[in-house]
Formats: sequence, C-alpha cells, structure tokens
Amino acid sequence: MSAQPREQWSTRAGFLFAAIGSAVGLGNIWRFPAVAYEAGGGAFLLPYLIALLTAGIPLLILEYTIGRRYRASAPGSFRRMWRPAEALGWWQVAICFVIAAYYAVILAWAVRYVGFSVNLSWGDDPDGYFYNDFLQVGDEPGAITSFVPGVAWTLLAVWLLTLVVLWLGVRRGIEWCNRIFIPLLVVFFLILVVRALTLDGAFDGLDAFFSPDWNALTDSSVWIAAYGQIFFSLSVGFGVMITYASYLKRRADLSGSALAVSFSNCSFELLAGIGVFAVLGFMAAQAGVPVDEVVSEGIGLAFVAFPQIVSQMPAGAFFGVLFFVSLVAAGLTSLISIVQVIVSAVQEHTGISRTRAVLIIGGALTVTSTGLFATDGGLYLLDAADHFINSYGVTLAALAVLIVVSWYLRKLPQQQAEADSSSSVRLGVWWRLCLGVITPVVLGWMMVDSLTGEFSDNYSDYPTSFLLWGGWGVAVGALIVGVVMSLLPWRRDDPPSPEREPLPATAAGGAAGATGATPPGTGARPVDPPAGAAFGPDPGRPPRSSDDEGTTEGNH
Amino acid sequence: MSTSAVVMMVVSMTLLWGGMIAAMINVHRRPDMQREPDTGRDPAEGTTQD
Repeated sequence: MSAQPREQWSTRAGFLFAAIGSAVGLGNIWRFPAVAYEAGGGAFLLPYLIALLTAGIPLLILEYTIGRRYRASAPGSFRRMWRPAEALGWWQVAICFVIAAYYAVILAWAVRYVGFSVNLSWGDDPDGYFYNDFLQVGDEPGAITSFVPGVAWTLLAVWLLTLVVLWLGVRRGIEWCNRIFIPLLVVFFLILVVRALTLDGAFDGLDAFFSPDWNALTDSSVWIAAYGQIFFSLSVGFGVMITYASYLKRRADLSGSALAVSFSNCSFELLAGIGVFAVLGFMAAQAGVPVDEVVSEGIGLAFVAFPQIVSQMPAGAFFGVLFFVSLVAAGLTSLISIVQVIVSAVQEHTGISRTRAVLIIGGALTVTSTGLFATDGGLYLLDAADHFINSYGVTLAALAVLIVVSWYLRKLPQQQAEADSSSSVRLGVWWRLCLGVITPVVLGWMMVDSLTGEFSDNYSDYPTSFLLWGGWGVAVGALIVGVVMSLLPWRRDDPPSPEREPLPATAAGGAAGATGATPPGTGARPVDPPAGAAFGPDPGRPPRSSDDEGTTEGNH
Repeated sequence: MSTSAVVMMVVSMTLLWGGMIAAMINVHRRPDMQREPDTGRDPAEGTTQD
C-alpha cells in the first residue's frame, strides 16, 4: 500500500475564502445584530472584542495547528494525537451530521423565498404565510403527521448542489464555490446596506444598535453572550477548521490566516448589524413605534420581519431577492464545510473513494433532513435540535477538546511550535493562557449557565417528552455515536504520523513542531512538559533537553 | 443619532474593519504557500492508500 498525497488548497486565497465562507453563515446575519442590541448595544463591542482575542482567535489557531500538523480529518487528527482522543473527533462528526441535516432545510426555505420575493407572495401577512401556508406547521411539537412537498423538493435541490460541490473535491469544488459565493455575498450585502441606509428611519435604527449601555457590562449574561457569539460564529468546536487546515501546505501562515478569517467574520457581522438595524429602523418608522418593538432575530427576522420590510420598500422585490440570495450564499458555504467534515472522516476511516463517501453521506443526510424536517413537525424539531446540539454538543465538545489537549496531554507548547514554525504572527504565553485557562473557564461557565436555565424552564415551553428525544436525545446521541465510532476498527492502515514525517525548514526560523509525542495507536500518554511550566516551555526558547517538545527541527 | 452612538459606531468600524484590513495586508505580504511544491491532486480522493 502506498500513501497518496493529500488534497491541498491551490492557493492561500482559496483556503481563506473557504474558511471565511465556513465562518460567515446565517448566524452572522440574523443572530449577531439582536445579540449585540440586547447585550448593551455599542457597549457590547468591549466584551465582544475581548472574547474574540481571548477565545475566538486562540481556538481558531489551535484548530488550524491540529489540522495542519496531523493532516487528517477531525477523528484522524485526534487519533494521531492520542488514540483515545479519536472519540472527540467522531463526536464532532456526529454533531456536524445533526447540524447539516437541519441547516440545509433553512437554506431550502431561503431558496424558496428568493422566488417568493419576486411577486411578494406573502402579501400583507408574512407571518401567516411562512408558518401556515409555506411550512404548514402543526399544532403539537414532536408530532409528524404530514409531508411538506414545497420544502422537500427545494431541499433535494440544495442537497444535490452541495454534494456536487463536495464530489468535485477540495480545489475544484469547495475552493471554487467559495471563490464565487463569498465575493457575491459581500457585493450583494453592500448593496443592501447602502440601500438600507437611505431609508426613512434608518439612522434611528443605527442609534438603537450603537447606543452604549455601559451598565450592561456588569451583567454576567452579557459576557456569556459575547463569548457565545464569537464561539458560534467562527465555526470552531466542530471539526470544520481542523478539516480545512488539514489541506494546507506545510508552510502555511496559520496565525496570520486565523487573524484574517476571524476579523473578516466579525467585519461581516458588523456590516450585517448595520444593515439589519437600518431596515428595522425603517420598519419602526413605518409602524410609528420605537425600534425596540420591532427587533427580532433568527427565523422570525429573516422570514417574517424582512418580508414585511420588503413589502414596504420601493423596489422591494429586487432587495428581497438580494437578501435571500445572500442568505443562500452565506448558508451554502457553511453547509459545505460542515458536510466536508463528515465526508473526510468517513473517507479516511473506510478507505473508500470520495465519490462513494459523498454518495453514502449525502444519501443519509438527504433522507434524514427530508424525512424529519420537510414535515409539519419539522420546525419544532429544528428549533430543539439546534438549541441542544449547540449548547450541549458543540460547546461541550470544544470544552472536552481543550481539557484533553491543554490539561491532560499538555500539547499546547507543541501546537504553539507548530504555529510558530510558519506563521507571521508568533504566539506567546498569552495563547497558552487563553486556551489553558480563560477559554475552558468561560465555556464551563456557559455550560453551567445554560444548564441552570434548562432545568428551571423547558426550552421554548416545549413539552418535556418532546425535549427528551428532540433535544437531549439528539445531543446525547451525538456523544454516543462518537464513542461507538471510535471503537470501530479503521479499514486501512493509519497514514504516517507527523512525528515521523520530515518537516521543511521554516521561513520563520522557528521549531518545526516535531516532537516526542506518542506514536499513533498506542493510547499511551505523551511526554509531559518539564515540571514547573504553566503549560509547558516557551517554544521560542532553545531546547533544554531531548524531551522538550516542539524544539527539534526535522525530527523523525 | 446620538453622539455616543456615533462614537461607538466609528470605534467599532475602525477596530473590526481596520483589523480585517491589517490582517489581510499581513497575509498578502507573506506569500508562503506559493513557494512550496504543489503535491495536491485535483480531483483527489483524500488520504487514500491503495
């Protein structure tokens, strides 16, 4: 058996487009504006920036270093790091499966609304049109009694497009798709924002959005909101960035790329916030009410409030089309990245070709999402699954990864050396401090806060029986699938580990990240850093002994 | 718009959009990947072993 080269991005721009496309999703457009508004308006910038610098960027860099170093899918990367950690990767794959299954449905709605915008199909009742006429939502959460063909056929088209992109591969599919859709998204959104700013009441909306409430900074929930927003909007915690970084070349600038991706993501969020609050200001002016009475988020903002605004705007149909095409572009590039996590993992685990992996995974996802979410009970299930898989899947998996990598395996110095070996921005002790202390503490805090709320009131007042299988069941099921998958044998030999691969001489002149880590498959705990180091030695220093991690260039 | 809202808007734009521009310039000044031999395949089958 001979190892074949791994797929690679053709250029760094291709990788950046793909990573930005993954990070910029529906949440940037419909979640950030409302979160910022409710969490102190302009004052929210402070916790938001602190969260970006202490959690978002450090986590992104960590995932890049794991992916680039181990050059495998999420389960494969964690397996090569430490065999029992493979379960973390499969847990993330299972989370991706759940998220992909319902995320595609929202895209299907957006696709239909592109068409609905042309003749303003919702008339003067966007709310009734969306929930009753289009989704045909049933009365009882958890009950699935009928199929909704209007959603189903669009959903099939969304899946077909997604799978074709994935089948074409990293370069011809993912890279080129993002090269087209990301510029398109930015141009369309800029047109929307410029138009929104010329509407009556737009600046009243911006005033509401940016007016700072400094007292909010003393409220712990505001800080949780800031860390939550950064965490969920950067696509960290579910294996996407590990997978994408595994296609990077050896000398790719990891920390520089992470800064570019994270600031691009946040810049787009700010742009979306300006656009959304400008149109909400217009909506409030039309209704003669204060802006706070029209603020909404999520599905309600996109499919109810925005259609209402479109109906009131001059040339509304045109701007409705622009808005929903933007939603499709933002969502599609994120969906592709999520499904790629699954395809990559299954492909490596089984040794099957990309074509077969795409067909098998795509088939399973298409059946699951159509069968569960293109139904009269789909909206309830989507809402519950989204809440629980994010709160107790993505967050918990990220916390587990940090505890294993930084506290148990003490791999942060090694990963820092990996990043510093080729990056334009060298990492310092702050990076290890953020990942070893700040981010785990904040994620744990988020978890406790979320659990406290969960046990005091049922989420969205749904019946407990429904939440047990549609919420908790989904989140716990993902964890169980992860553990079970990690116990299944791999169908082919494990490719060479980076510990045995020669690494190129680095432009930065730093250590190449080769270490004395445990060979894959042994399950033994790797070498610990010297006693007394907070999170291991500073990789920028010369090696003190052969046991120092990340200080020997070209180790085999 | 109130003065405080305008100030926060300008500060937000400066920090986030300025940060993005600075990060992009930094990336652009380091053409790291172009100097590395291309070993990728297109279309590829990932890390398959035959």
